[in-house]
Amino acid sequence: MNQTLLSSLRVTQTSSPLARFGWAIADAWIITRRDLMHWRLRPATVIMGWFFPVMIVLMFGLLFGGAIRVPNGGSYFEFLMPGMFTMTMLFGLEATMIAVTTDASKGVTDRFRSLPMSASAVVLGRCIADLLNSIVGLAIMVVVGLLLGWHWHAGMATALAAIGLLLLLRFALLWVGIFFGLRAKGPESVTSVQILVWPISFLSNAFVDPSTMPSWLGVIAQWNPFSATTSAIRQLFLNPGWQAGSWSAEHAVLLAIVWPVLLAAIFLPLSVRAYRRLNH
Amino acid sequence: MKILSTLLELDDGQACVAGFSVTTQPRQVRERIGLVGQYAAIDEILTGRQNLVLFGQLNHLSRRQAQLRADALLEQFALTNAGNMPASTFSGGMRRRLDLAASLIVSPEVLFVDEPTTGLDPAGRREVWAAIRSLVATGTTVLLTTQYLEEADQLAHRIAMLKEGRVIAEGTPDSLKARLRGDWLDIIVRPGVEIAAVVQLVQPVATGDIRIDTQMNQISIPVTDRTRAVVTVATTLSEAGIELEDFVLRRPTLDEVFLHLTAPAKSQDSLEVAS
Repeated sequence: MNQTLLSSLRVTQTSSPLARFGWAIADAWIITRRDLMHWRLRPATVIMGWFFPVMIVLMFGLLFGGAIRVPNGGSYFEFLMPGMFTMTMLFGLEATMIAVTTDASKGVTDRFRSLPMSASAVVLGRCIADLLNSIVGLAIMVVVGLLLGWHWHAGMATALAAIGLLLLLRFALLWVGIFFGLRAKGPESVTSVQILVWPISFLSNAFVDPSTMPSWLGVIAQWNPFSATTSAIRQLFLNPGWQAGSWSAEHAVLLAIVWPVLLAAIFLPLSVRAYRRLNH
Repeated sequence: MKILSTLLELDDGQACVAGFSVTTQPRQVRERIGLVGQYAAIDEILTGRQNLVLFGQLNHLSRRQAQLRADALLEQFALTNAGNMPASTFSGGMRRRLDLAASLIVSPEVLFVDEPTTGLDPAGRREVWAAIRSLVATGTTVLLTTQYLEEADQLAHRIAMLKEGRVIAEGTPDSLKARLRGDWLDIIVRPGVEIAAVVQLVQPVATGDIRIDTQMNQISIPVTDRTRAVVTVATTLSEAGIELEDFVLRRPTLDEVFLHLTAPAKSQDSLEVAS
């Protein structure tokens, strides 16, 4: 072992609130960049995450598409893609949970917590990295959709508003993922979420009309946050959707804002609390 | 340890680290401590060097400073060659060294080390010990927990022994050993020699209860007057014509101190580890 003296490097910290805010942003970006480095060092994981929804689109579009009658006729992909965009956001939940759980179980989170860095930077950095990941995933899905014959029929601004609603949903789910990731006992418990993602996304209007379900199930499907976002972006993209008729379907855009805001309002503080009390 | 490193809130009472309260000044505490947990807290996907640069930047070093520091630490912990490999390919000892290096990016005033050599082979253990010793030599206070008392003996200036969460003894290794009042003379007799007869012969020099390990053919005699004890036992056994396999005068180990302190009250006087 080299016995060179440790340099007496010691950092003096400024503690004015403004300087602290500056550090929080800088720290968050370092945490984000760490995730981007993971993309480069383990490309397979992140690429799999991006192309998994593409595979689902192809499975549904090519296998079931022929058998499903689209409302008002038209291409099945025109109908399918908005639901798949929403599902892509939901799949991001797993990636968030896995990342959070892995760091917590390996002690990396404890190391972050023992550093003089801003506590919010850790969750904020995770938030930015996962949103970037979802933006890339969504961009891939849009390109795949366009190749398969899906189109938006509204102006660019409306289309971007639809994308905005999708990312708002992803933002809300992020905090759900961070919360359950911190509370999870280990990477095994993520598996249960991976399974639960399916019934949650199928119990919506993404694939079938809720009015054809048993009435109690139909009500759940109608009020499912994923149905709200799916309906809203169908309306904004001017893609075919199910006959409106229920209050929830007529106010889809409003619900597509209210639901994510509500989820974030619940899970953001819960996540921050879970992070602070990680060792309890 | 989790409380002192501000990871866990204090239920009751108060604690200060480097002059700052962990409850009311956690940020000042965090600026002055390093933490080495039981599991090597490193990013497995990143390389060793990337890990150190990451934690350096989170310690608010500039990118350039963090890189220089990472290189210096890799060299200090003999990881330069492995620095560009993903941490997931590291051996247990290398991970611990990287973990330790990450805790030392801004030479902390106080370093908390939680069972640093658990699960390491003897070579890895020695590497970690050397790293901790060199750190102490530079003036850092190290608080180390361990289950291996030999490790505490090797590294510590002051030891607190805990049982069920309470301190049962505290002091320098020497002062703890002195609690057993005296040293041990271990003799191992040839197989076939009547152990009871030997015990009879050496009984006069013993200052406490003699311990017998029949499997090892070992007799441990507590002694205080070292020279006289050695001469007396050697002469007595030689005159009786008893051949020995081994004959060792030694200080008590911390294991013996711990067992002595934690032994149930009734058997506290006769600490026999027979068979």
